[in-house]
Order: sequence, then structure tokens, then C-alpha cells
Amino acid sequence: MRREWIQAYLLLIPALVLLFAFTHWPAIETLIQSFWSTGRGRRVSQFVGTDNYTKMMADPVFRQVMWNNAIYAAITIPAAIGISRVRALFVNRHITGLAFLRVAFFTPTVLPLIAVANIWMFFYTPGFGLIDQIRGLFNLPAQNWVGQPGTSLYAMIAVAVWKEAGFFMIFYLAALQTIPQSLRDAAAIEGTGRWTFFWRVTWPLIMPTTLFISVNAVINAFRLIDHIIVMTKGGPNNASMLLLYYIYEVGFAYWDTAYAATLTVVMLAILIAVAVGQFFLMDRKVHYK
Amino acid sequence: MKITLRTSLMGSAMAGLFALSQPAQAVELEFYFPVAVGGAAAELVQALTDEYVAQADDVQITPIYSGTYVETMTKTLTAAQGGNPPPLSMLGAVNVFTLLDEDLIEPFENHLTDEEAAEWLGDFMPAYIEDTRIDGMTYGIPFQRSTPVMYWNKEAFAEAGLDPETPPANWDELVEMADKLTKRDASGNVTQYGVRIPSAGFPYWLFQGLTTPAGAILASADGTETYFDAPEVVEALEFLVALSAEHGVMAPGTIDWGATPKAFFERESAIVWTTTGNLTNVRENAPFDFGVAMLPAKVQRGAPTGGGSFFLFKDASEEQKAAAVDFLKWLTAPEQAARWSIATGYVAPSFAAWETDAMKAYTADFPAALVARDQLEFAVAELATYDNSRITQVLNSALEAAIGGQKTPAQALADAQAEADAILSAYR
Repeated sequence: MRREWIQAYLLLIPALVLLFAFTHWPAIETLIQSFWSTGRGRRVSQFVGTDNYTKMMADPVFRQVMWNNAIYAAITIPAAIGISRVRALFVNRHITGLAFLRVAFFTPTVLPLIAVANIWMFFYTPGFGLIDQIRGLFNLPAQNWVGQPGTSLYAMIAVAVWKEAGFFMIFYLAALQTIPQSLRDAAAIEGTGRWTFFWRVTWPLIMPTTLFISVNAVINAFRLIDHIIVMTKGGPNNASMLLLYYIYEVGFAYWDTAYAATLTVVMLAILIAVAVGQFFLMDRKVHYK
Repeated sequence: MKITLRTSLMGSAMAGLFALSQPAQAVELEFYFPVAVGGAAAELVQALTDEYVAQADDVQITPIYSGTYVETMTKTLTAAQGGNPPPLSMLGAVNVFTLLDEDLIEPFENHLTDEEAAEWLGDFMPAYIEDTRIDGMTYGIPFQRSTPVMYWNKEAFAEAGLDPETPPANWDELVEMADKLTKRDASGNVTQYGVRIPSAGFPYWLFQGLTTPAGAILASADGTETYFDAPEVVEALEFLVALSAEHGVMAPGTIDWGATPKAFFERESAIVWTTTGNLTNVRENAPFDFGVAMLPAKVQRGAPTGGGSFFLFKDASEEQKAAAVDFLKWLTAPEQAARWSIATGYVAPSFAAWETDAMKAYTADFPAALVARDQLEFAVAELATYDNSRITQVLNSALEAAIGGQKTPAQALADAQAEADAILSAYR
């Protein structure tokens, strides 16, 4: 019995070492660092208690960043999931040009986000960009989507939804393909309407996929900032600043590592809370066979 | 970031390969450099380095392209924090205070005799060497130095009934001419703007092209005070905001920096402000006749300096530092500085470079190249303070808030000054 335990741990050690060294230890280190001041070459780091947290609560940029991220998540997550589900239902039938449609929907996923951002930069360019050229056909004035505080965050959201919907569609499509034909046949015999069939049969059966996708969508809402770096750098006037990019800027442009650690603690707390919440609350509604 | 990291890994790997083929005693040297303009600047840095290495003994130098000025600074500081700073790095001259605060750099005088210092350092233009000279010691060797200039489309001027050879000389003329240059279609939509002063990313730099003519200085020479709420600064911002909000001669919102040459070529704007480092790019790609002029005056002429200087890092070995100094002497020698300037449009920072035959032939053929140099007479140092990235970001956000109409210019600048005071109080 004992030897089995030893053997099990020996097998687990490589994975545990990696997980601990690259995930857990940095998280703990971050937490510790958030209670210290930033050391510079000429000044050493000091223990400052909760000073960094007090500073954070008073930081107007932090408040705006949290608000921006809330809007960003509240729109990108349902939009990406909703669009991907509709697309999956759409291409889960026999229609002409099926392969073409599937590829077209999936293409944004294959492109790196940096490339996507550069493509969208061209779409958004005021005056001679794609969107304005189309608007020009209808005699609409040029619009500076990325450069106006009122629209830049939404311009970023559009890019993120465009990028993610194709990826999630693949998962939904896979889930839809596993729904047995016999259920459709049975429903057809019973005379079930399409709408009832979707809500009573399809929807519950793709629920595990929805959970998986929504966890991913939430993580992505906090994790993907490449397009912000390329397109707006968080501007104008922090209008499109998201939490992770703010952390990057504080940490690596201002080199205020202690404050960056403090912000990272907030981000970790949010992600942990969301993940725990999703698994415990949604697990009740999810049937894995 | 990923790309930069990979480039640097490849760079180190290549350096390693070279090292194997060299005699064991060869000094190895890596330096980071940024590129902020279109064109072939990166290839030329590589080519110049290769040329030096071919004629020098026992030295292996690897230039590593590391993105924008900000990214290069990030990369350098990250390497330094990891205990592995490059011996040499080209960085924005404005970073000098941050580098001193991090205790990373040392003055070049440490490696020069008094005579050498007088001869080599004495030939650089004061505008480009004084900004990295602190307490009489020189921390930066100017190389990729610039200043913003105004490019104008002569065809558009002729179409608008303006003299194609006369650019606006002051703010009033700028508004007046830009108004004539702004074209609208039948439904009132603008098809060509009069002027474009890019304001996305780092608006503070071109904004200094307005504050300096208005008679303002943004920061004290010791980098511990800013004067963002001075009336001249407010006046400059009010003028910038009015260009689109009131006069309608510039696109609304923040305007992208990188797309500016393209907007000029596409006739989206008839007058554009951008760095002189774009000169060769514009010369090669503009599909029409264009002119280059100094920025327009208000109470005086004026513009900021800009661009990058080489910094020497403390932690390098003595051999590396000696090799770095020798390399820089060669790189900034008149012949090389002239070649670099002609290929890019950056201002050759030494007086002697302008006396070379190559440079004389070039400017005789293309007098526009002289504008930036002549403007230096009126130039002030680019905004440089302690905690520089954060201070410039504070000003950038204030400018964007005013341009976006979220705050009045006076309010935005007063808020920015209060924020800057809070940050800089630690350094006073």
C-alpha cells in the first residue's frame, strides 16, 4: 500500500514541480510583492503593508480600467457565444458551399491576434480605411472609430468578438454532431416544433460545451490584449485600457513592479472567483451523459 | 513582445555561432536599437555594424532590433533586472533620468582622456548632446536624432489656389491655408483635411511643437518639475483642439502616428507633421511634389528634439566598454553619420558630418534635408523627467481627454500637473 503511494507521487512529481514552479509560486510571490514598495537602483524595496492597495483604490485609472473590463466582458462573452452558436447551427446542415462557409467562419481563429489587429487597423482607418470607403458609398462622413473615447472600447470589442466566434463555433459544431439522429427522428414522429426541439433536446445536450466555452470566453476577456497593444495602447485617455494591459504598462513601462503586483492580485482574485463560481453554479445545470 | 523576445533569442544564438568561428579572445558586444519610422533603417544599422566588424580586430558586435523606443526601453530594463543588461543600447534620449535612477549607466568620460572627450564629444550639436549631459558628464552619444517637421503637398496647394512654394509660417497662416486645403464633397463630408498632427500613442512630442512656439518649457532641466498648467501650454492645447473642433481643418479624435505618411500619400491630409526620420520614406513614396518646412511660429519658432542616443551600461566588462566606445567613435564619425542621415532623414548630429562631400552633394540636390538641421537653432529638449514613462503618459492622457472633448484644455492640463506633482515629489 505504502509503496503504491510513493510510486504515485513519483509519477506526479514532474507535473507538480512544473505547476508549482511556474504557476503557484509566482502567484504567491506576487501576493508578497504587493505588500512591498518598488525598489529602484538607488532605493531599496521596503515593507509598506497595504499602502499599494490604498493607492489602488484611489487610482482613477484603476477604476476606469475595471469599468472598461466589465463592459468588455459583458459584451464579448455573450456576443461571441451567441454568434458562434448561431453559426454552428447554420453550418450543421446540408447546404451548398458548406465547406466554404465553415472555413470562412473559422479563418479569424487561425490568424494571430496581432495580424488581426493590423487588418482591423486598416478597416478602421479614418478616411481611406475599408469601413469609411463603404460609408463613403452612402455619403456618410468619415469616422475615427479608434481615436474617439466614446467608440474605441467598442471598436476593440468588435475585433475580439470577430476573432473568438469562429473558434467557439468549432466546439459547438463538434457538440452538435454528437447529437444522435434517432432523437431527431423521435421528435419528428412526435411532431415537435424546431424551437421546442432546440430548447428541450439540443440546448441541454450542448450544455457541457457551453460551460467549457464560457469559461474560455471569460478567461479570454481578461487575457487577450494583443489588439489593444497594436491598435490603441489603451487610449485615448484610457478609454480602451483593460486590466491586463494596465498591469503590463505599470509593470514594464513605468517599472512600478510593486503596484503591478497589486493589480495582478486583483486579476487573480477575479479569475479564481469566476472559475469557482462557474464550476459550482453551472455544474447543476450541466449533464455529462 | 513575443516577437522581440524571439528576435533576441535568435540574435543571441547567432552571436553564439559567430563566437565559435572567432578566435577565443574576441570581445562580444550586443546592443539593442529601436526603429520608429518606415523604410530600411534596421537593415542599415546591421550593415554599418557588419562593416565595422569587418575592419576591426577581435570584436563581434550584434545589433538587436527591439521594436519601438518604449519597447526597447522595456527590453533593456527587463534584461537589467534579470542581471544581464546589454553593454550598449540605443534608447530614447529622454530615458536618461530613469536609467540614472535605476543606477544602470555610466558616463562616457570614464573611458576617454580629456583630449579625446573634447575632440569627439565637442563636435556634436549642443541640442543633441546637452539633453543627456547631467552634472557635466555625458551619458548619451547622439545617433538616431530627429525633430518634427512639416511636410506639405505642393499639388494640393496649387489646387487650392495657394502658392505651392510657400508653407504656413505661423499659426494664423496654418489655420487660414488649412481651411482652403480642406475639401468637402457634395454632402459636406471631408475628402481632404488641411492639416494632420498625429496624437495617438505619444501626442506629447508633437504637442511640444506647439508649446515651444507658444513660449513654454514643459519640464525643468533637472527633471523634477513640470509646468503643464502654464498659460502658454493651455493656449497651445486650445489651438490644437480648435483645429478640428472649431476650424474643422483636422480630423476629429486622436490621430494615428504610424499611418501619417500613408495619409499624406493618399491625400487624406495636405499638410502633415511628423519626424524628420520619415524624410527619405516620404521622398521615395510621395506620388506628388512635396515640400518640407519648419513648424509654424507663434511668438517664436520652436520644436522639440527627439530620437535616440547610445547609452553605456555599468555592468559590462572593461573590454566590452572599450570596444563599445571604439565602435561608437566609428559609427558617429562624419562619413557614417552622413550615410545614416541620407538613408533615413534623421539629422546627422555632428557638425563635421554636414561638411562631408556626400552630405554636401545630397543637400545641394535635396535642400529639404537642411530644414531639420536649421530648425535645431530653435529646438528645445524633448520632455524628460524622472519616472519619465509615467509623466509622459499623464500628459498624453490629458491631451487625449482634451482632444476627445472629455475635458477643457485648461482642466485637463491642471489635472495633469497635479498628478505629475504627486509623482515627482519623491524626487525633489
